[in-house]
Amino acid sequence: WPSLLFDLYPPPPQAKRMRALVAVKRVVDYAVKIRVKGDKSGVETAGVKMSMNPFCEIAVEEAVRLKEKKVVEEIVAVSIGPKQSADTLRTALAMGADRAVHINHDGILQPLAVAKLLKAVVDKESPDVVFVGKQAIDDDANQTGQMLAGLLGWPQGTFCSKLEIADKKATVEREVDGGIETVSMGLPAVITADLRLNDPRYATLPNIMKAKK
Amino acid sequence: MLRRTEIAVSKVCKTAAFHDANRRQISVAFPRMMTTLAQGRTIAAACPLQRRFWRSSVVGGLLESRSGLRGLPESQRPRGLHAATEPLPTMVLDALNAIVGADKVSTGLAVREQHARDESYHADSDGIFPPHAVVFPSSTEQVAEIVKLCAQNDIAIVPSGACTSLEGHLAALKGGVSVNMRDMKEVLEVNASDMDCRVQAGVTRIQLNEFIRDTGLFFPVDPGADASFGGMASTRASGTNAVRYGTMRDNVLGITAVLADGSIVRTGGRARKSSTGYDLTRLLIGSEGTLGIITEVTIRLHGQPEAISSAVCEFESLHGAVDATIAIIQCGIPVARVELLDSATCDAVNKYSKMNLAVVPTLFFEFHGSSSAVAEQAQQVGDLVAEFGGSGFKWSASPEERSQLWKARHDAYYASIALRPGCKGMPTDACVPISRLADCILETEKDLKETGLVGPMLGHVGDGNFHMCLAIDVADKHEVQMAKDFGARLARRAISMGGTCSGEHGVGYGKLPFLDEEHGPVAVQMMRSIKSALDPKGLLNPGKMGS
Repeated sequence: WPSLLFDLYPPPPQAKRMRALVAVKRVVDYAVKIRVKGDKSGVETAGVKMSMNPFCEIAVEEAVRLKEKKVVEEIVAVSIGPKQSADTLRTALAMGADRAVHINHDGILQPLAVAKLLKAVVDKESPDVVFVGKQAIDDDANQTGQMLAGLLGWPQGTFCSKLEIADKKATVEREVDGGIETVSMGLPAVITADLRLNDPRYATLPNIMKAKK
Repeated sequence: MLRRTEIAVSKVCKTAAFHDANRRQISVAFPRMMTTLAQGRTIAAACPLQRRFWRSSVVGGLLESRSGLRGLPESQRPRGLHAATEPLPTMVLDALNAIVGADKVSTGLAVREQHARDESYHADSDGIFPPHAVVFPSSTEQVAEIVKLCAQNDIAIVPSGACTSLEGHLAALKGGVSVNMRDMKEVLEVNASDMDCRVQAGVTRIQLNEFIRDTGLFFPVDPGADASFGGMASTRASGTNAVRYGTMRDNVLGITAVLADGSIVRTGGRARKSSTGYDLTRLLIGSEGTLGIITEVTIRLHGQPEAISSAVCEFESLHGAVDATIAIIQCGIPVARVELLDSATCDAVNKYSKMNLAVVPTLFFEFHGSSSAVAEQAQQVGDLVAEFGGSGFKWSASPEERSQLWKARHDAYYASIALRPGCKGMPTDACVPISRLADCILETEKDLKETGLVGPMLGHVGDGNFHMCLAIDVADKHEVQMAKDFGARLARRAISMGGTCSGEHGVGYGKLPFLDEEHGPVAVQMMRSIKSALDPKGLLNPGKMGS
């Protein structure tokens, strides 16, 4: 008899508790004129303004918009870099991320190493969608997102210029050489953000103060 | 002596043809008269008996200063500036090379003309007045050395930044050296907790806002062009959100400037308020390079608003739109931007930016604050506009839509010129008390219809300021003259209504004739006294304010 009731009045579906993971990178600010070090060993970074990679800003903004639309419930930001990367993570928190994970590492990392580290974070956090910028403006590698998807065995929507998430599926419009390609994939998936996905918001003072705490 | 000069030159002018020989003879006889001529201009054009020349007031200003000098004994009279028609002595050019480096000094004609042109019509209708050389210093000390060198050799100095001024500010009426701040574009310090920053004069407003974007602060003054801080400070620039955030007058805390004798002054300070000393900062702001060369500016920053939303509302009449704005301001609603576009401008914007605005007087609003404050402000405004014939109150909170809306408004100038391809723009800039704004706009539009010129109107209604972007064919002298007369009538109309002939663009040499009318002879004499105290030789931007 109770099972009959269940058939007539099924319980409401569980609210989707989606979590988004956004990886951000601290790079030389895009407006800075790059100078090569005197000993030609690399690019001058001492005393130079550093900020979040512009494509990572777009990735964070997309995650925050999904949270505002109530598609995503929690945003975790992650960054691999020296201790000043914590500032970059604070910017992500000020933009609307809920938690931040900092993997401390000094020196240059290749995309494969970054992808392996991010896989470890994914295994721990179990997000439903991972956002990264399509490439970093210091190395222009455009590899990390794709390698991460490969290591995880997840589908990937790269060069995303429009994203819709509904019913555990993501519909991604990708900017490719020939125009715009629309692909559809099941979640969890890796999305890499392209320039025209959105205009990132500015962090406001009250949010920056909250992020500092 | 003045009379004899006039008669003599008029006699010379009457001869049929002029060759360089004639010009040289006259230059020997009347050296001061010759300093008004740029290279390549005919004597007939410079004849003081021509009405056009009186109106441009270049000679007016010169003759004024000459009569003032009559009281001084011969030994103390300034020798007069180096003539525009004489090339710079090689010694001076070598010294300039030594100060900034040979690659930072340019005597090429193209570069000199580029730095004598601004974004106004003056260069096209009155001719270009190029400087002798353009230099690009990289520090305040270099600027001071350049000024000392020019002072020793009686060479005029014209400072320049992004060269986007609008009233012929850059015209080197007496030649000289143009000191351009292109290489002084460092942001020196940003103090997030005090919400101020110090920048070199060549930093532009967009560059600064990008630099501080991660601090949660922004610099609100946004004139149409990406102007430099030195230029904005020296013209007392204003932007679309002056109604809430103020103009340069309210947002500059201190200035580092080089004076006419080469000494360096730091005015103001970082304290929020001070009741000590004359307000030298405010004196330099709006001085248009006539009292000192601005090399660094300390600026007040504001917090990035938590929430921003924009709205558009159509009105049946201009009167309704202006009355609605007055009501909004009187109710104390802290609206951040209120812009008025008339029907002609909406039409131009539709064509240029491919938008779908209704072709009626339209108000563009922007609200800043917390999410609840923004919603409350919008609610109040939405209710108010209905009483004044407003309809179709449309919202936009997404950043892409908002920036598209405001880009359309900022492009209104280019949209107006695009109405008549091949034309140049001649923006007017009257500012009156808001209660007189509707009358002023309507009278001006009536005047415009009578002249038959094309001139879409765009207004910062919240400040009582409006611009008519006249699209003028500069090759047609009659049309240019009609436009100038229209501008003069508008300036007089604004002044008679208790306003000013230029709310934002400044005086340059284009609006010089109206300074007396607007401020009165006593105030103008006070300005001249200050100028002669700070720059007795008249080196800094001569022929403009204070001369």
